[in-house]
Amino acid sequence: MPFKRYVEIGRVALVNYGKEYGRLVVIVDVIDQNRALVDAPDMVRGQMNFKRLSLTDIRIDIPRVPKKKTLIAAMEAADVKNKWENSSWGRKLIVQKRRASLNDFDKFKVMLAKIKRGGAIRQELAKLKKETAV
Amino acid sequence: MGNFRFHQYQVVGRALPTATDEHPKIYRMKLWATNEVRAKSKFWYFLRKLKKVKKSNGQVLAINEIFERKPTKIKNYGIWLRYQSRTGYHNMYKEYRDTTLNGSVEQMYNEMASRHRVRCHCIQIIKTATIPSKLCKRESTKQFHDSKIKFPLVFKKVRPPTRKLKTTYKASRPNLFK
Repeated sequence: MPFKRYVEIGRVALVNYGKEYGRLVVIVDVIDQNRALVDAPDMVRGQMNFKRLSLTDIRIDIPRVPKKKTLIAAMEAADVKNKWENSSWGRKLIVQKRRASLNDFDKFKVMLAKIKRGGAIRQELAKLKKETAV
Repeated sequence: MGNFRFHQYQVVGRALPTATDEHPKIYRMKLWATNEVRAKSKFWYFLRKLKKVKKSNGQVLAINEIFERKPTKIKNYGIWLRYQSRTGYHNMYKEYRDTTLNGSVEQMYNEMASRHRVRCHCIQIIKTATIPSKLCKRESTKQFHDSKIKFPLVFKKVRPPTRKLKTTYKASRPNLFK
């Protein structure tokens, strides 16, 4: 199985360790075997080790080390934010964040909703069982 | 970017003015040290070897730290050094690709320690320069001079996002592909 996600200029990656955890960044240049120059619309361009990055499927079209304005324009053109939030990986992260930020009342509401859903499933199951048994 | 062990200082000094020499020549050195005190000490060490002046009959006129002008631009650095091995002194030229000069000097010290077992006090930096891509000599830096560089991350180690979540044993074998 060949590799599908390459480190290349314009590859969007997720930071998975350290202070910038959870941020989407774009690889704008490669310093050497272990480090990349990385940029995002709301952070100062800096270097990051590949060990801290998880590559995504998204790739945008930028020249090597673009200006901030070019980068933001390219990100808008490729619609990185929407693509990320609609991808299954992005959606999972959003759900995780939502679940982590629930307060006690929200958790109570979730519990009630789960009970209700379980009740509805069991009712349907009982109905189907009766039909097949008869 | 961030904390460097070695800072670059500019030290300016001269011999003290005496009756015979009212205006002694002023000398300036750029050197790397972990702090300002060490930088001044290194300054006198090198100056003693070049001119007939010691700390006791000289004065430091200025010491400033030099910071990187463009820390977001990737540059190729060439470092000429003189180091002491177990059998004698040797000169060396090394190339590094980094965003800051301090970063590449730190890379150099680490590499000398690992490849040649040379500790940092046995290394003297003769000269450093930013090298344009055409003049780089080492293949390992030249291989990154590709505007369409592309390579996969072959060995993807699974890491917990914080050290607090680290465990010695895992329930299942981690998948290292991608």
